[in-house]
Amino acid sequence: MNAGTDTMPGLFTGLFATAKRDLLLAWKRPGDVLNPLFFFAMVCTLFPLAVGPSAEQLEFSGPGVLWVAALLATLLSLNSLFLTDFEDGSLDHLLVSPQPLPVLVLGKVLAHWLTAGLPLVFISPVLAITYRMPFSVMGVMMLSLALGTLSLSLLGSIGAALTVGLHRGTALLSLLILPLAMPIMILGANAVSLAAHNDIYSTGIWALSAYAIGSLSLAPYATAAALRISNE
Amino acid sequence: MWKWFHQLASPPHFYRLSAILSPWLAIPGLILIVYGAWQGLFVVPMDYQQGDAFRIIYVHVPAAYLSLMAYMIMAGAGAIGLIWRIKLAHAVAAAAAPLGAAFTFLALATGSIWGRPMWGTWWEWGDPRMMSELILLFLYFGYMALRSAIDDTAKADKASAVLALVGIVNVVVVHFSVEWWSSLHQGQTVFKKGTMDADMKAALLVMLLGFTLLFGSMLLRRIRTEVLHRERRTRWVREMILSPEGGA
Repeated sequence: MNAGTDTMPGLFTGLFATAKRDLLLAWKRPGDVLNPLFFFAMVCTLFPLAVGPSAEQLEFSGPGVLWVAALLATLLSLNSLFLTDFEDGSLDHLLVSPQPLPVLVLGKVLAHWLTAGLPLVFISPVLAITYRMPFSVMGVMMLSLALGTLSLSLLGSIGAALTVGLHRGTALLSLLILPLAMPIMILGANAVSLAAHNDIYSTGIWALSAYAIGSLSLAPYATAAALRISNE
Repeated sequence: MWKWFHQLASPPHFYRLSAILSPWLAIPGLILIVYGAWQGLFVVPMDYQQGDAFRIIYVHVPAAYLSLMAYMIMAGAGAIGLIWRIKLAHAVAAAAAPLGAAFTFLALATGSIWGRPMWGTWWEWGDPRMMSELILLFLYFGYMALRSAIDDTAKADKASAVLALVGIVNVVVVHFSVEWWSSLHQGQTVFKKGTMDADMKAALLVMLLGFTLLFGSMLLRRIRTEVLHRERRTRWVREMILSPEGGA
């Protein structure tokens, strides 16, 4: 036993330190946080322009459009999850750290969700109003988006770790993650449209929660393994 | 047992063994497919509901089954390669992916052609199996894209193995979610089939076996080229190429 092990900080210290660092970095570069939000709003604007502004059509397609837009916006922000750390070399420090890598990864992913997923959840009601979504459905929509974007951040972190440092990273990341992310969107979007039709939506919410818990416990390990592979 | 296993994992040994094995799979496979196709197309009676259109089942079902089988092989080989660091396993995974994608495409194409007279549409978004199969095709594309994007072979092997394993966990979720989704939309109810006629089933089983054998042979041939490419700088390849037989 060397002296270093005795003084090594606990797991949560590592988790919170990584998350805090990423949150601080996001605070200093607000563009990184705001751009996906603008993108989200833009995609939501595109649909009425493309399919026409009729009220019933918007009401019908609203949940789906919001979900597709949220999925794409999250994907957009996932690309930079490990990229800046890779470029400035701090990723190497995470890799050689005596702290378990999955825990550090979880810290980074949670910070990503707080800066990319949660803001989407909070501006989604504004966009939902323009799609004439009833107020009673807003809660279900926000809950489904919160659970869904958490799963997306976790799942996407695997793809981001696999493609970090590759030249064609952005398009490749979408190609890898979109088929895997489809269930999240199916569950989320359909739960919201069921709620909008006063139908039973709990199946979707429960399944989304299960997915979030499952990926919360498994994805960090896959991401850590992927990071080690792409940085060896 | 273990000795045999280790021998199999050695590329030169595998290369020699697969040369012997491949025709023994291909020839029975082709015979079975020809026999099964003849049975299926000419001998077996018409379906009382679907007429002659049902006969595409003899290509569709084997293709669909192999599309899943290839993914299992790809992910399984990837896992073996990751865990026991067997290089040959990664070559198997690399060779299985394009084959799997091809069979997935074949299953989708034949399904679509079958759907035209049966459901009156080339593509039915509401059918859960079509959706799952389409997502499987995208998974194959992603896998192959990741492989080709990484220049270092060893790194590409491991990264794509992780992706294949993440995919296999997800395939279950995809299947479940698509089923749930299609039950909401009350898509085209898939025609209910009673028990299949015994002759029809026999011909289908022959086709399944024939396709599997042919797939095995094609996979072996693809692994051989993959192994040759990966080992191109080693001594055994050079010696084999320069030997009088020229390494047939």
